[in-house]
Amino acid sequence: MYRKIMIPVDLAHLDLIEPALAQAADLARHYGAEVCYVGVTANTPGSVARTPAEYQQKLEVFANQQAKVHGQPVSAKTISSPDPIADLDDELIRAIDDVGADLVVMPTHPPKHLDVIMPSHGGKVATHTKASIFLIRP
Amino acid sequence: MANDPQDEKPQEPSTASEGIPAPEGAANLIDTDYVIGQDNITASPMGIDVDLHGKVFMVSSIVILLFVILTLALQDQVEPIFDSMFTFLTTNLAWVFLLGANVFVILALVLIFTPLGKVRIGGADATPDFGYAGWFAMLFAAGMGIGLMFYGVSEPLGHYGTAMGGISMGEDGLRTDWAPLGGAEGDQAGAISLSMAATIFHWGLHPWGAYAIVGLSLAIFAFNKGLPLTMRSIFYPVLGERVWGWPGHLIDILAVFATLFGLATSLGLGATQASAGLNYLFGIPDNNVTLVLLILGITLVALGSIMLGVDKGVQRLSQLNMALALLLLVFVIAVGPTLMIATGVFENLLGYVKNLPALSMPFGREDANFSQGWTAFYWAWWIAWSPFVGMFIARVSRGRTVREFLIAVLVVPTLASVVWMTAFGTTAIDQVVNAGITEVQDAALELQLFTMLEYLPLSAITSFVGIVLVVVFFITSSDSGSLVIDSITAGGKVDAPKPQRIFWALIEGAIAIALLLGGGLGALQTAALTTGLPFTLVLLVGCYAIVKGLMSEPR
Repeated sequence: MYRKIMIPVDLAHLDLIEPALAQAADLARHYGAEVCYVGVTANTPGSVARTPAEYQQKLEVFANQQAKVHGQPVSAKTISSPDPIADLDDELIRAIDDVGADLVVMPTHPPKHLDVIMPSHGGKVATHTKASIFLIRP
Repeated sequence: MANDPQDEKPQEPSTASEGIPAPEGAANLIDTDYVIGQDNITASPMGIDVDLHGKVFMVSSIVILLFVILTLALQDQVEPIFDSMFTFLTTNLAWVFLLGANVFVILALVLIFTPLGKVRIGGADATPDFGYAGWFAMLFAAGMGIGLMFYGVSEPLGHYGTAMGGISMGEDGLRTDWAPLGGAEGDQAGAISLSMAATIFHWGLHPWGAYAIVGLSLAIFAFNKGLPLTMRSIFYPVLGERVWGWPGHLIDILAVFATLFGLATSLGLGATQASAGLNYLFGIPDNNVTLVLLILGITLVALGSIMLGVDKGVQRLSQLNMALALLLLVFVIAVGPTLMIATGVFENLLGYVKNLPALSMPFGREDANFSQGWTAFYWAWWIAWSPFVGMFIARVSRGRTVREFLIAVLVVPTLASVVWMTAFGTTAIDQVVNAGITEVQDAALELQLFTMLEYLPLSAITSFVGIVLVVVFFITSSDSGSLVIDSITAGGKVDAPKPQRIFWALIEGAIAIALLLGGGLGALQTAALTTGLPFTLVLLVGCYAIVKGLMSEPR
C-alpha cells in the first residue's frame, strides 16, 4: 500500500525518535517500502555537523544502519536552512513532495496548552500535506 | 596545519580538517576538536526545552540582572559614574575610535578590489539563502533604521546652525563652538555643504565599515571555517583553542551585554520618541501608560516575528520597512525642493568625499566639541552595535562573495544614506533658509521630523507613516537582536529551542519598561556605549582575522 515512507530525523536527539524508527521499520517490512530519512539542519555549524555536507554524510551512515535493521532500501536527504527551528514544518512539507513519500512517520507529543502559540510539528505537517501521516506519541 | 595561525598558504580543501566535507564547494575548514554545544546545558523545566551555553548564559544573565537592579536602586549615584566614564572615553580616547573606524573602512574598501573579494561565503558553490531585495532590506533595517528617522532632519539642521555660527574661542583658548572642522561663518552655501558632509560622514562608510568587519569575519569563520556563529570565533586565529575557554566566554558575554543593553535602551528611548510623536499628532497623552503599551506592542510583534523565523518574520518585516521608507523618501523628494535635492545628492557626495580626510582625522583636531561630542560618540555607538548587526548580517549572507558582501554592506547603504540625508536635510534646511520657517529648528529633537512634514502637503498621512516606520524599525531591530543574543548564549547554535528566543525578546522589553518607569535609561545607554572601546579592539582583531581567514580560502 505504501511505497515510500519518510521519517524526519534529528541526529542530535535520536532517543526521541526511537519509537518512530521502530514503527517505520515494521511498516517498511510489511509493505516492502523504501524508507527515506530526512534531516533539517542549520546552515551554520552545529553540534552534529559543522557543514550541511557533513550532516548528509552522517545521515547516510545512519540510514544504512537502519537498512540493516529492516532490510528495505533506504535513502537520506539533508535540508539546510538559515533558521531550522522556525522553518522546520515548511521544509518537511516541501520534502514530502520532493522525495515522493506517501507515508510520513514522525514522533510528536500529546496536545498541551502551549500548542496554541507553538503548535506541534507533527500536527502542523499533517494539516498541510496530502500524504498520510502517522504521528507517534510517547 | 589549517588551524596554525602562522600558515599563510592556501590549503587544498581535501587536506583540511580530516574528513569533514567542505560546506558547499571548496572551502578551508579549521581543524578543531571543539564540538559545538559541548559546554551547553540541556534541560526541560516545566516542559519547556532549553539548550544553553552554561557559563555565557549564567554570567551574562547575572551581570545584566545586577546592572538593572543597581541602576534602578542607585540611579543618582550610578548615572554620574557612567557619564564621567563615557566622557573620559570620548574626550581622551576619541582618537582610538576615529583611528579604528578608519582602519575598518580602509580594509573593507581595499578588500573589494583584491582577489580575496572572489571568495564565496559558505564555500565556492554555495547559493544565497535570500534574494537581493530581502537580503538588503534586512541589512539596512538591522543596521540603521531608526536613527535615520530622527537624525535625518535634526542632524543636518544642527550642523548647519553651528557651522553658520562659526568659530568661537573660550577664555582658555579652546573652541567652545560645536561647528564641524573650521565652520563656515556667515557663508550659507558653505555651511549647508559642510553640514551635509558632516552628517553623511556619520551615517556613511564608517558605521557600515564596522558592521562589515564583524559581519564578514563571522561569516567566513562560521560558514567557511566551520566554527560556531558567535563573537569568539573571530579570535581563533589569535587565541587558537583558547577561544573555547574563558577568553572566549568573556568576549561572548560582552557581546550579549552590549546587544541587550543597546536594544533595551533604544527600545525605551525610542518608545519615548514615538510617544512624543503620537502626542504631537493625535493628542494621545504622553505618559507612562502610553509608553508601556508601546513597548508591549513592539515586543509582541517582535515575538511574532521571531516565532515565524528569519525567512517569514524578520525578512518580511524588513521588506515592509523598506517599502514604507522608500515611499516616504520619494514623497519628500517629490513635494520638497526636488531640484535642490537632485543636485544636492551629487554635491553632497562630492562634499563628503572632499571633507572625508579632514573629518576622519584622528589626531590634531581643533574642533574638539564636534570630533569628540559627535563623531567619537557616534563611533562608540556604531561599534557597540556592531556585534549585534554584524552577527545578524553574517547569518543572512551565506552564498554571497566577499566582494558582493562588501558592496552591499558598505557602498550601497552609504549611497542610500546620502540620498536619505540629502532629501530630509535639504528639505529642512530649505524651510529654514528659503521659507524662513524656524519651527523645525526650534522643535524638540524627536519632533523635528514631524514638524518638517507638517509644512509639506498631506502631513497627516506622512506623519502617520513616519510613526509607523519608527515602530517597525524598532521591531526589526528587536527581533533580529533577540535571535543574535539567543545564538550567542546557546554557544553558537541557531537551532536552540524556540522558547529561548522568546525569553530574550521578553527580557528586552521588561528591562526597557523597568528602566523607563524607574529611571536610568540614559545611564544604561551610556554603559552600553562604553562597550564601544573594548569592541574597537575586538574589531581590530577581526580585521586581522578576516585577512588571515580569506588568505587561506581557495578562490
